[in-house]
Formats: sequence, C-alpha cells, structure tokens
Amino acid sequence: MEGNVLAPLMFAAVFLIIFSGYPVAFALGGASLIFAFVGVELGYFDWNLLHAMPERVFGIMSNYVLLAVPFFIFMGLVLEKAKLAEDLLTTIGSLFGRHAGGLALAVVFVGAMLAAATGVVGASVVAMGSISLPVMLRYNYSKHLSSGVILASGTLGQIIPPSIVLVVLADQMGISVGDLFVGGLVPGLMLAGMYALYVVGVAIAKPSAAPALPAGMTDVAFRTLLRQVTLVLMPPLLLILVVLGSIFAGVATPTEAGAVGAVGAILLAAARKRMSMSVLRDACRDTTKLTTMVMFLLIGSTAFALVFRGLYGDIWIENLLTNLPGGQIGLLLVANLAIFVLGFFLDFFEIAFVIIPLLAPAASLLGIDLVWFGVMIGMNLQTSFLTPPFGFALFYLRGVAPPSVKTTDLYRAVVPFIVIQLIGLLAIVLWPQLVTGLLGR
Amino acid sequence: MTKSRNPSAPAGKPGRPLPRLVRATDRLTNALGRFVSWFVLAMALIGAYNALVRYLGRFTGASLSSNLYLELQWYLFSLVFLLGAGYALKENAHVRVDVLYGRLGRRARAWIDTVGAAFMLLPFCVFLLWVSWPSVRNSWTIREVSPDPGGLPRYPLKAVIVVCFALLAIQGLAQLAKDGRALLEKGREDESGGGPDDHAPEDEGGPGAAGPPGTAGRPGADGDDSDRRAAHETRTGL
Repeated sequence: MEGNVLAPLMFAAVFLIIFSGYPVAFALGGASLIFAFVGVELGYFDWNLLHAMPERVFGIMSNYVLLAVPFFIFMGLVLEKAKLAEDLLTTIGSLFGRHAGGLALAVVFVGAMLAAATGVVGASVVAMGSISLPVMLRYNYSKHLSSGVILASGTLGQIIPPSIVLVVLADQMGISVGDLFVGGLVPGLMLAGMYALYVVGVAIAKPSAAPALPAGMTDVAFRTLLRQVTLVLMPPLLLILVVLGSIFAGVATPTEAGAVGAVGAILLAAARKRMSMSVLRDACRDTTKLTTMVMFLLIGSTAFALVFRGLYGDIWIENLLTNLPGGQIGLLLVANLAIFVLGFFLDFFEIAFVIIPLLAPAASLLGIDLVWFGVMIGMNLQTSFLTPPFGFALFYLRGVAPPSVKTTDLYRAVVPFIVIQLIGLLAIVLWPQLVTGLLGR
Repeated sequence: MTKSRNPSAPAGKPGRPLPRLVRATDRLTNALGRFVSWFVLAMALIGAYNALVRYLGRFTGASLSSNLYLELQWYLFSLVFLLGAGYALKENAHVRVDVLYGRLGRRARAWIDTVGAAFMLLPFCVFLLWVSWPSVRNSWTIREVSPDPGGLPRYPLKAVIVVCFALLAIQGLAQLAKDGRALLEKGREDESGGGPDDHAPEDEGGPGAAGPPGTAGRPGADGDDSDRRAAHETRTGL
C-alpha cells in the first residue's frame, strides 16, 4: 500500500527540489535516481527499468522532430544578432508612425513576425523592449500602452508558428508538428488582430496616449520609405512565408523548413552586409547553449518519467484526471488552472517535458482533440507569462526598460492584454473550429 | 572518472593545486563547447542541402540525397549538445527556477549549487555512465552500423554518450570546487547584496544564457549578465 504513496510523494518532492533553483535538468535526474533507490529498497520499483535509459538517450539524439529546435533558434538568433529585427521595427515604425497609435501597431506587427521567426519569448520581449520602448516613450506614448503592447506581442511567439514551443509540444503529445502549426495559425493571428484593435481603440479614445509622430519625423521622402520597405521589410517576411508555406503545403518537414530558414537568415544578413564572423559565432554559441539546455532538460525529464512510471505515477495521474467531476470540462479546467499557475514558476520546457506527457493521455482518453488541446495550452502559457507578479515576460522587459517605467507600471500595462488573452482562450473553447477548421476536422 | 566523491566533503579545499586543475577543466570545457558550436552551422547547411535535394529530386528524379547526409545532421546535433553539456553547465545556461534562487545571496546560492552538484548532478552522471557503459561497449564490439543503407557507423556516436557524461561529471566537480571554495573563503564577508552568479568569472565571452530560454537571444551576448542581474533585482524588489 505504501507504494501508492511513493508516486505522489515523488511528484511533490521533485517540485520542491526544482524550486531550490538548482538547474532543473539535473534536479529532475538526480531526484529521480533518489526515488528509484527508495523504491527499490521498499520493493516497489524494479531497478531493471532504469536500463532503458541509454536507449532513451539515444532516442532523444536521433529524434528527427527535435532537430527542428536548433534550426529555428539559430534562424531567430541570426535575424536578431544581425540587427535585421531592429531594422524591421524602425521601418514599420516610420511607415505607421504618422498615424496615432502607429508605433504601437508596428510593435504588434513586428511582434507577430519576429515571434514567428524565433518563438523564443525572452528574445523577442527583450529585443522589442530595448528598441521600441525608448522610441515610444520619447514620442509621448503612455507608459502603459507601450509596455503592454511589447509584452503581449513579444509573448505571441508561443503560438504563432513556426515556434519551437509548438515543435516541442507536438513531439511530447505525439501529434504532427505541421498540424499543430496549422492549428496555431488562426488563433495566433486572431490575438494579434485583437491587440491591434485595442491599440486603434486607445488611439481613438485617448489620442494623448498614442500620439502621431511630429510631422517632421515622417516626412522622409516617400521614395526612400518605399525603398526601405522593399529592402528591409520584404525579405524577412518572404523568408517566413517560405518556411511556413512549405510546411503547410506539405512540401517540407518542419525540420527541413527550419534548416532552410536558418540558411536563409544567413543569406539575408549577408545580402544586407550585416553578416560577420562575430554574428555567426555568437549565434552558434547561443544556439549551442540554448539547445543543450533543452535537450538535457529532456534527458532529465526522461529519467523522471521512467521512475515515475515505474512507481505507477502515470496511472495515479490518469485516474485522477479522468475521474474528475465534469469529465472533459473538469479536466480542461484543472489542466488550464494547473498550467496557468505552473507557468508562473516553471518555464515552458519544464512544463512541456514533465507535465504535458501526464496530461495528454488523459485528454486523449476523454476524447479531446490533441491539436486543439496543444494550442489551448500554448495560449494559456502565454497568458501565464504575462500575468503579474510572476510572469516571465515582465522580468524580461523589466531588465531593459528605463527606470522611469516602474514595475507597477508594467503590472498595470498588461491588464488589458490579459483580458484580451482570456477572450481569446474563451473563443477557442467556444469555437474549436478556430483551431481545427483549417485541418478539415 | 567514474568514482563518486564523498559528497559531504565539498571538493574545494582551497589548497594550491586545485585551482589550476579547475582552471584547466574550465578551459577544456570552454574550448570544446566553442568548437562544437560551429557544428550548428554545419548542421544547418547540411539540413538545407538535404531539403533542397529532396525537393529537386521530385522533379528530376535524381536522388542526390543519401542516408549519409540525413544521419550526419543529427549526428552533428548530438555532438553539439552532448559535448556542449559541460560548456552549458559552466556558462550557467541550464534553466533554473529562480523564484527563490534569484532572491538569495551569493552564499546561499553557492550552498544550493554545492548540494545540487553533490547529490543531483554527479550521481546522475555516474548513473548514466554506469548504465550506458554495457550497451556502448556492446555496440563497440560488434561495430554497430546504422540499419539504413549508406548509413553511418553507430558505435562512435554511442561512445560519445559515455564521453559526454564523463566530461559533464568532471565539469560538475570543477563547479563543486568553485562553489565549495566560495563557501569556505567567504565565511565572513559574504552577502554583498544579491550578487549574480559567480560561476565562471575568469572567462571572457559573457556568462551567457542563464534562466529561461531566450535569454541567449538578447542583443549582445555580453549584456546577458546585466540583464539577468536586473531581472534578479526585480524579483528581489517585488
């Protein structure tokens, strides 16, 4: 009977250990090992199960889907380190700046695009925060509107494809990456559209919060502007369209598209004479660090899963989740609440590798469409990352925001966007076709 | 490197020879990590080549792609993260949940890292060395090759798993030594106000991507630390 207690105990203990702040990958691995020992001693765990570990590690190494992760990260890092992302923002800014709210709209637009290219929340929030926040503040945009729009647009990368978040989610849920990309497209664009509507609304209702740029600023000759747009705006947009289009058309796998996108980013940077050894070197090194982090998290959580399953923890969780009052709705409520709260403390990858494999089978058993479930989780996490006081995005922006923008300003700034997120979440719950429609289900 | 040190004795007695050994380990890890990071570029090029060739092959019928190149890209990726593991550890790139950690002072962090290395990281490495050794040796004796035609030999890649965890354990010991030393030396004048990670202070190249993913994607890798510091201070100042 005590064996039944071991799995919940392990679950709780692992979370406590993770909260100590020791790197999660090794905390997971080490803690699992400790519980394996305890389990063996109490006679509830078969040590031989752990001999599957080398095979699992090799499985992670040869996983074709996960190969897309370094490619997309590298592509995003090259675009950013070669300052192509920055150019994008300034160009669109000068394009829209003449209208009230124009700069904020530019941020939404670039956020959706940049997010699509990188899918790394921290990167886009920091990039846009450091580039566009000072500009917006200089032209008397309200602190709240400008930081709110940066936070929301920067986190949009969660669900706008091709984000690595979706790649990893698909891998962990055992569904097709392409399907999840298709599923995330409409909800992502819908959110971007709602952000834009909100910005326009503010600009109309309260023009002082989002003034147009002074006339002198936007009078740059129309032809230079046109040239800028074709030179700066079109190429990255095309790159993203090619990458996404080839996946959606079924011409390329996400991994292939990622590799092409990565090389495409290098070529774009080279074409604009922004490519240098240091850009390439930094992009390679940062990709190494980031992907190593992701892959080791996966190795650590594989050890966790192996031991947790050996202690029948998966059955415990599954029973717990499928016997909730309310069936599907009960599960969705619990899953959403759990992910939302965990999103305050855990980063996306920990949630994807540890929590999702526990939730997905139960959801599948209750007849929930996993693509839809995945998109919903992505949106939920995005909301979580925005929510004060713990949201990750807030810390990232805090790091680059000028001191005149106080932390409490950031908290107030995101409130309207959290409301928008919740409306979006409600929308895909009420109309699942938003996700599944393009898939023809 | 399969012996597990007695974990209760932090490896960092601040004697003479240890720092040199630790420095040498850091240098080795650094050099290896930086070297394999170039494989990222190679992977992308090979991956793009594979994609292009497969796409063109539909029209021309000529199949230029081969299992060799298909396997080469994930071989390279495996080398990147297996051999880059110590590098990521040294550069503090593995994610931490820093709700608590971010508010702690230097000394408390060194404690957490010391205990974590001794009871989590090192046992995990030793376990993986021990558990994967037989299968790697087996693969090596039969000279295991990819089951696909034209595929690459498997046995050297499998051997890298062992190399990976051995190097990771060595770097783990180096981190342990550094943290242990920090604990012993800073017995009196600690807590200089939430100072950030004291890992790997002796190397240029920026302490790199700590915290959640995307940290590395910041403008200017060297700004990372100050950004992170700011983030910490925000947390602390909540």
